[in-house]
Amino acid sequence: MRHEHIEVNSGLMIALVLAVISIGGLVEIVPLYFINDTVEKVDGVRPYTPLELRGRDIYVREGCFLCHSQMIRPFRDEWLRYGHYSLAAESKYDHPFQWGSKRTGPDLARVGNKFSNQWHVQHLVKPTSVVPESIMPNYPWLLDTELDYTDVADRMKALRYTGVPYSLTQAEYEKNVKDFGKVVADQLDISQAKDNLMKQARTFNYDGLPDRVTEMEALVAYLQVLGTMVDFSKYDEGYFANFR
Amino acid sequence: MSDTTTTTSTPGAVQTTGHAWDGDLQEFNNPLPRWWLWSFYATVVFAVFYWFAYPAWPFGKTWTKGFTTATYTEGGQSHTMRWNTRSALLEDLDSGSDAKRQRQYLDKIAQTDYAAIAKDPQMVAFVNQAGKRLFETNCSACHGRGGQGVVGLFPNLVDDDWLWGGSYQAIETTLKHGRNGYMPAFGSVLNATQIDDVANYVLSLSGVVPSSEASARGQKIFTGATGGCYMCHGDDGKGIKSMGAANLTDKIWTIANVPAAQSPADKLAAVRAVIGNGVQNVRKMPAWGERLSAAEIKLMAVYVHQLGGGQ
Ligand code: HEC
Ligand code: HEC
Ligand code: HEC
Repeated sequence: MRHEHIEVNSGLMIALVLAVISIGGLVEIVPLYFINDTVEKVDGVRPYTPLELRGRDIYVREGCFLCHSQMIRPFRDEWLRYGHYSLAAESKYDHPFQWGSKRTGPDLARVGNKFSNQWHVQHLVKPTSVVPESIMPNYPWLLDTELDYTDVADRMKALRYTGVPYSLTQAEYEKNVKDFGKVVADQLDISQAKDNLMKQARTFNYDGLPDRVTEMEALVAYLQVLGTMVDFSKYDEGYFANFR
Repeated sequence: MSDTTTTTSTPGAVQTTGHAWDGDLQEFNNPLPRWWLWSFYATVVFAVFYWFAYPAWPFGKTWTKGFTTATYTEGGQSHTMRWNTRSALLEDLDSGSDAKRQRQYLDKIAQTDYAAIAKDPQMVAFVNQAGKRLFETNCSACHGRGGQGVVGLFPNLVDDDWLWGGSYQAIETTLKHGRNGYMPAFGSVLNATQIDDVANYVLSLSGVVPSSEASARGQKIFTGATGGCYMCHGDDGKGIKSMGAANLTDKIWTIANVPAAQSPADKLAAVRAVIGNGVQNVRKMPAWGERLSAAEIKLMAVYVHQLGGGQ
């Protein structure tokens, strides 16, 4: 085939360009689906509770990922600033994952338990009230807007199709009991979604408003769980290195 | 376009690709410079070396792992394993030049008692530098960059007024396990007049308002069973550190923003609000025992101690 044939035939050129540029992606991504050790075997990682899940949706809706990554890379400077590097296992139930690559603000992969709920509320309503030099936008409406959770069960069902183990049937529920224990399995039961959401909101009162469930409540619940699921003291560091 | 024909026809000049579009549109055909071409071949050769040296090709359920290794210490034992970004990190944390230099100081801090650290100018210099960084990363979001705090939310660490104690030991405990001040809400226990009276008494303790009949009634509530304030704040209102209960006799306020209130009525309202609502599980100082190492906590205790009013 002569060069000229390709250059004058745009249909053929498009097909060949696509073939060539997809090689890089295919070679890097496809094998990960077959390699056994892509996702580390660790205890503790579980799907989000209904409240955390709604918080995650709000995180995505507000575009927090445009300024915040959730991916601590294995370098010493990141280790010192943010803590243990992120494991693949820690985002295995994230669809889509929030790794990101833009860090206008700090990485949030291990922000859970770093601050109090009160700080998060204060900071999200008006970041400069606690960090005077902050350029993060204000999100005051999160505290004014009631959380819409009418469709939380549907959202869980959608994720179930992608492989997240939210349970619909008794058999799935029992498998979750075996994999995660009863407390977590109840949280993953789609038929109890709304009750669980209300219960978590009432017990922990993330937004500081005892008789309301706001969008702030869900978002803070989500932020407070980030990076807290794996107990790293249970593992040798060499164990994780063996997966790469 | 007019000189296109001249370039193609001059011998020794740059060649064109040979075809013409729209009658006279032609393309130069410049060969790549030799040095460039050879550099390119060199990268190809390097790639082959790289495949053998580092993790590279996937096949089946595994991949080629490469012959380079990384060495690190864990559990007091030296381990050598194949190189990857994770083992390379472990090696860097273990024997990288920065890590080693920093560890020298951190080890020394871990082994030295507080009083001796404060006397050693070299260690104090390290505490100030490393402490500043750690403070900015972990603490300044709440306590402010200088440790000045936010009245009502996060206590000032620069003054010599402590809720939980300003000794090295007390600060270390605060950092390691966190703190969560609790005061019951009195809004439903005391009636409006009683809250007014006891607020007057609280303000009179630091001389913001003069003693009055109201404050005398308030004192009875404060030190008696009706209010029971004394159980946490002490009979004299000076606070009990093991409870994190504020000293009410100094002029320093951490929750009720009395200094910012203009009129005596506003000052009273600020104190009344705290008494009525209490401090319910919101003023939470997170625990750092898992995020920071024991040596880093010690370092931070020294740093916070010397920010202002260590005791
Ligand atoms: C325009 C960019 C921008 C956007 C959008 C943004 N942030 Fe931030 N964020 C920042 C910057 C800059 C900081 C650092 C200063 C500060 O603490 O406010 C920050 C800090 C934070 C922190 C504290 C992290 C730490 O460890 O100190 C949290 C938590 C956070 N942001 C959450 C969010 C959430 C949730 C959203 C979406 C609702 C969001 N941010 C949207 C820029 C942004
Ligand atoms: C989420 C916000 C937050 C962060 C982050 C935070 N603190 Fe605190 N800190 C508090 C609050 C709130 C209190 C008051 C607790 C109380 O009233 O019981 C407090 C109390 C303290 C005290 C006790 C003060 C006293 O008067 O006894 C010290 C010391 C302290 N913090 C140091 C630190 C250091 C050092 C760091 C960083 C490693 C840090 N804090 C990070 C919120 C925070
Ligand atoms: C269970 C213990 C407890 C009791 C009882 C209690 N307090 Fe407190 N009080 C606290 C604690 C703890 C704080 C500080 C909370 C913090 O910093 O997180 C505090 C803070 C305050 C403050 C704010 C001080 C400041 O610097 O802004 C006032 C005012 C106050 N108390 C008054 C009272 C009065 C009046 C009573 C009785 C009606 C009372 N308290 C009963 C524990 C108690």
